[in-house]
Amino acid sequence: MNATPLDAMDRRIVVATQGGLELVSRPYAAVARHVGIPEAEVIKRLKRMLADGVIRRIGAVPNHYALGYRANAMTVWDVADERIEALGTKVGALDFVSHCYHRPRHLPEWPYNLFAMVHGRDRPVVERHIDALTRLLGMDALGHQVLYSTRILKKTGLRLVA
Amino acid sequence: MNAESNLDAADRALINHLQGGFPIVEEPFAEVAKHLDMDEEEVTRRLSDLLARGVLTRFGPMYHAERLGGGLTLAAMKVPDDDFDAVAEAVNAQPEVAHNYARDHAFNMWFVIATETPERIAGVIAEIETATGLTVHDMPKRREFFVGLRFEA
Repeated sequence: MNATPLDAMDRRIVVATQGGLELVSRPYAAVARHVGIPEAEVIKRLKRMLADGVIRRIGAVPNHYALGYRANAMTVWDVADERIEALGTKVGALDFVSHCYHRPRHLPEWPYNLFAMVHGRDRPVVERHIDALTRLLGMDALGHQVLYSTRILKKTGLRLVA
Repeated sequence: MNAESNLDAADRALINHLQGGFPIVEEPFAEVAKHLDMDEEEVTRRLSDLLARGVLTRFGPMYHAERLGGGLTLAAMKVPDDDFDAVAEAVNAQPEVAHNYARDHAFNMWFVIATETPERIAGVIAEIETATGLTVHDMPKRREFFVGLRFEA
């Protein structure tokens, strides 16, 4: 990806919007007033950052607990490194997987290199999803574990300092 | 949390629709309203209410930390049960620790470190190891296959 490097004005826009957009008819005009450039320029820069992947998307972030998704499991799988590209792509396409990554093993204690977050309304639902994952990965999974979250110790999100 | 039972059909439609792309045009709420057959004022009123009730945690652009030039990693520790709360406090005291979860495993503490520069990650890990006397296992992503939140309301 040939992303355009962020300049100082891009960073001002990031800082002005990372807490959220104003719920007004012209939210990008509100950002524009805040950073001191025309609305059209804010729109142009946001479109570029979206196209470059600096912005993943613009929209609403639900509190999944409030939507009834109370069971949240981090599933971790040990798969051959040469198969991980194909397998990770398949796992990431499942609609109950919210995040899917290749991460390094920490041998001998931690042989798992494919991580998939699975969400459901309760544990039986999550367990059915994990069964589906087990079937999908089949013999490619040399081992796996399921780590349920038991407590949120901190959640502040990412913050760029102005 | 009982917020779920208080969502009506219009709230659900709005939440499901807004997890996709919010338009980058002069009057984006008007466009959303047209799509959902509401008026613009109803869209912003419902959104404001969902945010106030905590059903939505935020509304706006989701930035990609690494592409902003920062560092991001997932780290795990094996914390003895008796020390768990004290260690959680020491880890959470680091401003660069964004999320921290307890999980039911020998690796029982999992946290995300987000820094202004990629180089700073190692510094935060060293500080946590010094403060807790425990090993921090750094598990930065090698490849991202999917990141998306598609919670059906």
